[in-house]
Amino acid sequence: MMLNQLTTWQIAAKLARREASARQAMQDCLDQIQRVDGRLHAFLSYDAADALAQAGQADQALASGAADKPLLGVPIAIKDVIAVRGQPLSCASKILGNFVSPYSATVIEKLREAGAVVFGRLNMDEFAMGSSTENSAFGATRNPWDLSRIPGGSSGGSAAAVAADECLAALGSDTGGSIRQPAALCGCVGLKPTYGRVSRYGLVAFASSLDQIGSLTKDVRDAALLLAAISGQDPRDSTSVPQPVPDYASGLNGDIKGLKIGLAREYMIGGLDPQVSAAVQAAVKQLEKLGAHIVEISLPHTQYAVAAYYIIATAEASANLARFDGIRYGARVEGADPIELYSKTRGAGFGPEVKRRVILGTYVLSSGYYDAYYLRAQKVRTLIRRDFLEAFAHVDAIATPTTPTAAFRVGEKSGDPLQMYLSDIFTISCNLAGICGVSVPCGFTENPKLPIGLQLLGKPFGEETILKLAHAYEQSANWHKEKPPPSL
Amino acid sequence: MSPDFDIKYVAHLARLSLTPAEEEQFAAQLAGILEYIEKLKQLDVSGIEPTAHAVPLVNVARADRVRPSLSNEEALRNAPAKANGLFIVPKIVE
Repeated sequence: MMLNQLTTWQIAAKLARREASARQAMQDCLDQIQRVDGRLHAFLSYDAADALAQAGQADQALASGAADKPLLGVPIAIKDVIAVRGQPLSCASKILGNFVSPYSATVIEKLREAGAVVFGRLNMDEFAMGSSTENSAFGATRNPWDLSRIPGGSSGGSAAAVAADECLAALGSDTGGSIRQPAALCGCVGLKPTYGRVSRYGLVAFASSLDQIGSLTKDVRDAALLLAAISGQDPRDSTSVPQPVPDYASGLNGDIKGLKIGLAREYMIGGLDPQVSAAVQAAVKQLEKLGAHIVEISLPHTQYAVAAYYIIATAEASANLARFDGIRYGARVEGADPIELYSKTRGAGFGPEVKRRVILGTYVLSSGYYDAYYLRAQKVRTLIRRDFLEAFAHVDAIATPTTPTAAFRVGEKSGDPLQMYLSDIFTISCNLAGICGVSVPCGFTENPKLPIGLQLLGKPFGEETILKLAHAYEQSANWHKEKPPPSL
Repeated sequence: MSPDFDIKYVAHLARLSLTPAEEEQFAAQLAGILEYIEKLKQLDVSGIEPTAHAVPLVNVARADRVRPSLSNEEALRNAPAKANGLFIVPKIVE
């Protein structure tokens, strides 16, 4: 077996026992990228020489007996929205031009402290706005299970790269489902931690009250390892929470007896694909067989989540993206005065979805409409958060499909933004409520064979519980061992 | 949708130049999205406090101390136009 096909915990153990070299693991990833990425387009760029040099350093550390770092020598790739000092950062947008990060995000420093080889810039929807990675200014990423289909988004490059064994694991960001949805559609594990669990320092802001960095991995144990590595309070992010970081992996013991899992009746929606519904129901049955109790719950304000989200997220985006004005970094289109320079630069630099959202966000914040749209949406957010806190008084986790359907075709929804937004129905509330969620593979559709994801939502800082449940399910079902077609 | 949604005006507020084709396309698409968003008006939100963020933290402060930061050269490295350690911008005052 090639080393790139392993999980991070498997390769870390192999490296610690000196049965393989980090350089070979990195080389196997690079070879796989060479083989498949022309068709997949998961990577925007990567620096092979730098990646191999980092791997060489890891081998030296291993040779000198320093095997105590949990990710020593493990190649991990990064969504193009997280800063790595000295590497390009574009957010898959033309407006950033040839931007090179002057500093590294806290999560990157933490991954390096844990020994990881950090490499590559993974494709995404421009500024993380989208559900298909079709909004990248540099071309769409394809789904490794079916190249005519989208990988999901916005962390579509991250999900496709992990599913296609181009890296051992990846970081993504999740504002309304952007880790969990592509993980579900590509057949990997996607974890969105609780808001405040992971520092956002060095993450380009889309909607600051909703954004969170998380992982895309090949199994749940890897998700636990990466979460432990990147979590913790950071003085450079005042919204990171001073909550101790548990050893998430040590809780993965398969013992879920007595844990209560809620099923929300509001999530039995029309438009839910029958094969997705059947796979998720079977997964819930399996969790019950493993000892969990299934409880019906209600999240009464679910039907308002998408509308509230698209007001709050676009309002915050319109403010955050004001910084891309052609003055201090990125591309510039000259103008006779500053306003003309800003407008022309932004008109030329942003793609259509970013422009739509900036206009919507500007409108809902504008004089005369603020109360009717933005303030009202924030109040609805309170109701949605209350729904979850009320439900979590009775259950330990909530099970839902991650997405209403499996991966759709490239171009199928790109002309209809509202339909694209509505496909986020199961993932959006989690960000509004500030809770955590994980998507874990729970089967496949037939003809074509496409992955389906089970989503487990947890209490604020309840990652240990949802990871324990996801792991118990994964180990009994073994869907995570299936690989995309070799013809890829 | 609000009858006075004026895409030209909102695009100006957003400092975003749009082509006539974009104005037409976005106005139609945003009309559909705004109509969908109207459903929030069905809810009675009187007496509900707004949620700006979901973190149980208030007034996070740090010590007011000088710390290392980017050098002038590093801060200007990505600038589209620079000279003498400064960003170059169009003339603002006559």
